[in-house]
Amino acid sequence: MNSFVEIVHIFTLTIMIIAALLAVIFKKLLPSVIALSVASLLLSLEFYLLHAPDVAIAEAAIGAGLTMAIFIFAIRGTR
Amino acid sequence: MKQMSKIVRTITNLVYGFIIIFGFYVIVHGHLTPGGGFQGGAIVASAFALLLVSYGSLITKKFLKKDFLSIMESSGLTMFIVLAFLGLGITFFYNFLANIGGWFGNTPVIGPNPGDINTGGVIPLMNIAVGLEVLSALGVIVLLMASGAEFTKKKENS
Repeated sequence: MNSFVEIVHIFTLTIMIIAALLAVIFKKLLPSVIALSVASLLLSLEFYLLHAPDVAIAEAAIGAGLTMAIFIFAIRGTR
Repeated sequence: MKQMSKIVRTITNLVYGFIIIFGFYVIVHGHLTPGGGFQGGAIVASAFALLLVSYGSLITKKFLKKDFLSIMESSGLTMFIVLAFLGLGITFFYNFLANIGGWFGNTPVIGPNPGDINTGGVIPLMNIAVGLEVLSALGVIVLLMASGAEFTKKKENS
């Protein structure tokens, strides 16, 4: 059981780093914002695995919801 | 600002009410389960952001009035500080409703139990006040960001 939790930790953190790199690498703006949102959502999953469900709910609502909406408004304003 | 495609609007119609109900659930059960006023208010505000992204700001302004949300934010903060001052007979922020029966006044059960929502004294009322304040404040922020982006776009095109 313990090794399973460690495997999930390593998997989550690896995909988070990949998503954060993709947010820098992408040339278009909308896929870059979506990759940033995926990194934030995986960060909230990591908070939940570390037994902090309060912080996980706040991170999922603000980091993955509201920030992405504001970025989408800014992208729509550019074209 | 133009609205998105028909698929996004249909999914928004399906999901919008459930997100708001879940946010109010997190607010009201703040003293029993993880979450509380801030987290539930952020969830409800993310539902407002979903409506604003999918339908555009012109149609959303018919449902979400900025002045009404501002008044709700001020009333939430006033409710919080009035509840804090009502316990001033003993100390500031005194929990004067706990363990006396009546409103949120039941004594908590010792041991493993499913949880009684009628406990906690003044804590659920403060959670409701904080939730009202946070959802109105974040809704005002999202509304102003959307209308600001639209204003900038119109100004650059002219």
